[in-house]
Amino acid sequence: MPVDQSLVGRTFPPTPPHEVTVAKVREFVAATAGAYAEGAAPPTYPIVLAFDAMNAFLEAESVDLFRIVHGEQKFAYERPVVPGDVLTATLTVTSLRQIAGNDIIGTSSEITDDSGALVCTTSATLVHRGAAS
Amino acid sequence: MTLETQTFTITRADLVRYAEASGDHNPIHQDEAVAASVGLPGVIAHGMYTMALAAGAVSSWFPGAEVVSFGCKFTNPVVVPAEGGVDIEVAGEIKSTEDGLTTVALTVTCNGQKVLGMPKAVLRA
Repeated sequence: MPVDQSLVGRTFPPTPPHEVTVAKVREFVAATAGAYAEGAAPPTYPIVLAFDAMNAFLEAESVDLFRIVHGEQKFAYERPVVPGDVLTATLTVTSLRQIAGNDIIGTSSEITDDSGALVCTTSATLVHRGAAS
Repeated sequence: MTLETQTFTITRADLVRYAEASGDHNPIHQDEAVAASVGLPGVIAHGMYTMALAAGAVSSWFPGAEVVSFGCKFTNPVVVPAEGGVDIEVAGEIKSTEDGLTTVALTVTCNGQKVLGMPKAVLRA
């Protein structure tokens, strides 16, 4: 079933606050073939929040996660993410196209800290693979 | 300027660990049958896992540099076999250095095929 076109422009509620800790950053880095000493989290770390926001969006729209393949991902930073940050992600659906039976969903998530300041904007293109007919 | 190419081996166990660390439990990264049901050639690595490995290469080339932006397309899936693993290669080239910003263009391949489209990092070194 195609995703509802009226989604474009809709902003979903912010994700619950995520506290960035040394332990969480260390786990993420260890799981991505690195070793973490101290300092900023690696550049793809905010995907943890962006993924939370995406999951909430997919659940709200009754879209199956297993039909989603990642098409594109970008991170644009205002400042590095560091342990001690308390972050939330707010996802907006920016575009929706149908190509060859698949929905191509454009999203942008703003990652803000507990003062409300923007830390990072992550944009993602999600490919929703239609059921074989 | 060309940077030293880095090779990473991806196994199914790596995907399980990445799923735990990232929260991305999409079964196409674990389960052959689910992957096949949506037309994929097998269990595939999380695009974000490959992207994180590419970020790791960048940080090894520029230790401590602040990343201002990082992006790519996921153009071809990285199929990870049930036994053993699959290698990806991350090559990089400095495209420009101006106003304190260094732009690095990456080439990420698996079995000689590009898996990321236009991966690019901008750093404040």
